[in-house]
Amino acid sequence: MPGQSAVRFLLGNQPREIADISPTMTVLEYLRQIERMTGTKEGCAEGDCGACTVAIAECKDGSLDYKACNACIMFVPFLHGKQLITVEHLKNHKSGRLHPAQQLMVDQHGSQCGFCTPGFVMSLFAMYHNRCDTSRTAIDDALAGNLCRCTGYAPIVRAAKQLLHMPVDDEFSANEQSTLVALSQLHAPERGNEQPDNASLHLQHTGGSYHAPQTLPELGRILQENPASCIVAGATDVGLWVTKERRELRALVYTGAVKKMRQITITDRAIEIGAAATVAEAMETLSEYYPSLEELFRRYGSVQVRNLATIGGNVANGSPIGDSLPALVALNAELKISRANASRTVSAEDFFIDYGQQDIAPGEFLERIDIPLPVAGQEFRIYKVSKRFHQDISAVCGAYSVVQDSGALHTVRVCYGGMAAIPRRASRCEQVLAGAGLTDDSIEQAKLALREDFAPISDFRGSAEYRTVVAGNLLERFANDLTGKQIPSVWEVQYA
Amino acid sequence: MLDRKKDTLTPAIVHQPIAHDSAARHVSGDAVYIDDIPEPRELLHIWPALSPHAAATITAMDTEAVMHQPGVVAVVDANSVPGHNDCSPTIGDDPVFAEGRVHFAGQVLFAAAAESELQARLACRAAAIEYEIEQPILTIEQALAQESYVLPSSTISRGDPEQAIEDSPHQIEGTIRCGGQDHFYLEGQAAMAVPQEGGDMVVYSSTQHPSEVQMLVAKVLDRPLNSITVEVRRMGGAFGGKETQAAQWACIAAIVADRTARPAKLRLDRDIDMLATGKRHDFLFNYRVGFGHDGRISGLAVEMASRCGYSADLSMPINDRALLHIDNAYYLDNVTATTKLCRTNTVSNTAFRGFGGPQGMFCIERIMDEIACHLQKDPLAVRRRNYYGKRTRNIAPYGMKITDFILHELTQELVESSDYRTRRQRIRRMNKSDSTILRGISLTPVKFGISFTMTHLNQASALVHVYTDGSIHLNHGGTEMGQGLFIKVAQVVADEFSVPLERVKITETNTSRVPNTSATAASSGSDVNGMAAKAAARTIKNRLAEVAARSFGVNQREVLFHKESVIAGRSQVSFQELVGMAHRARVPLSATGHYKTPKINWDRQNMTGHPFYYFGYGAAVSEVALDCLTGEYRMTRIDILHDAGQSLNPAVDLGQIEGGFVQGAGWLTSEELWWDDRGALRTHAPSTYKIPASGDVPEAFNVEIWQRGRNVEKTIYRSKAIGEPPLMLCISVFSAISDAISSVSDYRQLPVIDAPATPERVLMAIESMRLRGA
Repeated sequence: MPGQSAVRFLLGNQPREIADISPTMTVLEYLRQIERMTGTKEGCAEGDCGACTVAIAECKDGSLDYKACNACIMFVPFLHGKQLITVEHLKNHKSGRLHPAQQLMVDQHGSQCGFCTPGFVMSLFAMYHNRCDTSRTAIDDALAGNLCRCTGYAPIVRAAKQLLHMPVDDEFSANEQSTLVALSQLHAPERGNEQPDNASLHLQHTGGSYHAPQTLPELGRILQENPASCIVAGATDVGLWVTKERRELRALVYTGAVKKMRQITITDRAIEIGAAATVAEAMETLSEYYPSLEELFRRYGSVQVRNLATIGGNVANGSPIGDSLPALVALNAELKISRANASRTVSAEDFFIDYGQQDIAPGEFLERIDIPLPVAGQEFRIYKVSKRFHQDISAVCGAYSVVQDSGALHTVRVCYGGMAAIPRRASRCEQVLAGAGLTDDSIEQAKLALREDFAPISDFRGSAEYRTVVAGNLLERFANDLTGKQIPSVWEVQYA
Repeated sequence: MLDRKKDTLTPAIVHQPIAHDSAARHVSGDAVYIDDIPEPRELLHIWPALSPHAAATITAMDTEAVMHQPGVVAVVDANSVPGHNDCSPTIGDDPVFAEGRVHFAGQVLFAAAAESELQARLACRAAAIEYEIEQPILTIEQALAQESYVLPSSTISRGDPEQAIEDSPHQIEGTIRCGGQDHFYLEGQAAMAVPQEGGDMVVYSSTQHPSEVQMLVAKVLDRPLNSITVEVRRMGGAFGGKETQAAQWACIAAIVADRTARPAKLRLDRDIDMLATGKRHDFLFNYRVGFGHDGRISGLAVEMASRCGYSADLSMPINDRALLHIDNAYYLDNVTATTKLCRTNTVSNTAFRGFGGPQGMFCIERIMDEIACHLQKDPLAVRRRNYYGKRTRNIAPYGMKITDFILHELTQELVESSDYRTRRQRIRRMNKSDSTILRGISLTPVKFGISFTMTHLNQASALVHVYTDGSIHLNHGGTEMGQGLFIKVAQVVADEFSVPLERVKITETNTSRVPNTSATAASSGSDVNGMAAKAAARTIKNRLAEVAARSFGVNQREVLFHKESVIAGRSQVSFQELVGMAHRARVPLSATGHYKTPKINWDRQNMTGHPFYYFGYGAAVSEVALDCLTGEYRMTRIDILHDAGQSLNPAVDLGQIEGGFVQGAGWLTSEELWWDDRGALRTHAPSTYKIPASGDVPEAFNVEIWQRGRNVEKTIYRSKAIGEPPLMLCISVFSAISDAISSVSDYRQLPVIDAPATPERVLMAIESMRLRGA
């Protein structure tokens, strides 16, 4: 196949070209076992604790874009064309001086046992380059993907706050141009490659094959030829199949290099999200049209997870507790399912058939998610409930969309996650609301209807009874929100 | 002129907020943990195979196929152990590998050693194992019903509690539970064994207790202690979880290394770590209390049953410490408290920061809240009413006189600095008007006994070398797990010689340099190792002073060590010069030091004595806001005042206080260990087991070291132990949550809620309170 046959990236400033590597080797394994760089740590191997955080830099609109990522569930071929920066790269090479992100952690006594520290340093480094406001909320959001068991976080937050007050002036910003040049040279044609423009990556290894096509037709063709392939986008779920279950994935097809599938487009009727667009890329646009999603996205994984995870992957895997799914069903999103030379459309609602079963056949792939633009009078709310605010999986997630028309409600769509084997609409509840509107009485009726709509299971995220009670109470919250009984969020209230 | 008296007495380095000795290495990735040690040639990687069943007889175990998997070099099981197949720290009931039976889901059956970790891991799947599955005992209630215990009960009693309760104007009976807790150290358990000539073994282990690892490796290999060396530079967190729980992995690595004559490494991944290693004990408390109109307790009877898991481990001293902290800060005239050490088919529970103390305190603090609610008083008033007295009411239930009780003063300061009274009134008003957000506030105190209850453990040794260039090599038996022990002891040694800190090389802990050590545990690290190191340094310093006195013709008492110099009368030499002089005079520049904690004694038979050298104190005010539609909640403000004595290092101590509090808050709020009905732990990774994240800690987190702190006992520079006591400040969070829920009943009832107070438990408590009110 035309394209490149080795993963080419920068390790710090050093170009690397790796052809002989299992495509499911994680970046963490690569660093620790092949490069013998042990600064990056494994704390959980599931992208949750952040001890393995590294920064990935790539060219975006002519400058470098830095992203904190979990090395433990990121496959090495994902590095293709990028710069991998680890904690070992941060010290100034000439002077040996610590990077501000490191020095402030020392000054503020931000490390105790030190094992989570490299991960925090890398999150701080990415934060330093990306900037965010210096509020505690913004810092907590940015650090949600890093767990520390020793410090109680206070000194780390202090370090973050000071760092954000410093101008961006480090070796990396000083060398930005040379890094950009080095990155562009990674894509220089390989010897004997007849199509110099084709940067598609194709790896063959005893551990399995890996294809990263760049166009939709190429993707369709590869899947047609290898229908049993595992499609992967961010690997924030697939990565765990490897690290946790040691599933053998003989053939991986990566969608993230298909430029069309990363696009986010607003048409006159819908927000079209390419299935390989990351959550981080999509969240701003989606929150703009549906502001209730903003809080959901703050609670959706962590920065590291959102930088790799895709809405498409969330949909395609069809977990009953996938964070974006209740919203997509409630908003009546349409999914564009494609294969070589053909496409079809299915509603998000119909896509989820049963636990682990989605309406997608071998050879097909999810190309795009179309979320209708809000219509006049439409109100949409989504509420997630979990044990911890940040980076937790919901016990219950309720999404509500209605169109208000002089007191009456129509187009009522209510969807819950965590209440059934799939994200599912609450049809009886919807009927009650559509008929009776949002009165105290109708909410009580709708709550009762919910009990008929769902028979949730009990597990470690919540008992059936809790889920049922919360599902009803969220409906009450929705009614409160719409009827102007503005109730402060527990996440925002100040102390007395 | 030099003010001799002042300068020799005022330490220059001790009491300073100096950064952790490894801070610069932590932030640059240069700090080496066990898995980071450059791998020796021929290294084998080990993966353990775990039992999926909680209680079963192994009818057949065939690992032949495992041996034939790619890369596999050895498979070890109970039959491969050259010595004793046991790694118990106490009574010999922890097999390294299961023998005939499995006692919990997660128990190690065998281990595969291969050229790579992945090969070893995949190979384990090839085993054919048959079980006869039995009905497991999983809960405390089941164990109590079947009288299944790991060890006999203990009781502390004084006076006539039954009569006192009966005679009281008010009585309450109650039940409450607190959950267990996984340590969730970020670095999982790890060990690497490297065979030496003559069958000796060097073991690198992430352990708080190198001497015990040495002993247990010797036991499984059937070798004398002097052939085993254990070394640890640092741990990536431990919190009690690497006191006894590190040994099994070191033993397996040593067995493989011994058998194959190749180095072998065993590093647990997060899931196996959480499935196979012990946790904090969960407890079930049943209590009856009698009290007066003023809230003062006249009689108390408590039964405290803990889930010990399948074996004894440290359950006896942990349950003893729970008993010894049932009083917390309160004088109990008539009291009886009994432990029940339940044997269950779950992982054997173990040490965790506080070591039973937090659980005992959790119970008495609940009782304080109950009394206050019953009498419609401010819980703080009830607490203070029951505080130990200074001159009277100052004998603990176990007979020890409390002579350092400072909570009256400390509490008053905290009440003022936290604005407790005004905020409490404001919260009560707000709760009346806002029906969706409920707020609560609580102040709880901590009094925590310092010393191992087992008296002989309260000792430490150190070994100090001074080299001819004046650089100093510091060794002691304590281990570094992030708590800042190494920097504190180095500060002590630097001040002893009056040299800058940079002259003191902090080294890894190694059993061949300092032998027969106690675990770095019970918050004792800097107390005992600081003293031992000071003694060693003092010995060398005295020898140096003698050399100076002789050389310069002055009295030895006139020799003064000051700012890297030594002043002897009118003469002055640098420290380095004097060291050279001493060496040329053939004076030894190496010395050991030893320390044993004075004053302590403990009669376990009768549960009486003076088990603690002194107490650590502190208090916290926690405020929470909760959402009564979902049960989700947040800490909105925390105020802490904690006594560190005269802190050896205020920066380190502040970190211990803040971190301990947050870790404790996790225990009582979001950290839930959830077993299914077959006895499998289903929350065994951070995706399912939720420790606090940055966002759970409020911006208003006001933590202060008590400025008036000074240890009444002659501890190292009058400092106080700091590792464990602050964890228990977290009980104020649980109490504040109860307070918030109580507002649903207009404070007429206290909610029925167990810890951890997950959003689910909070919502259910609100719902049931509403039902009762309706």
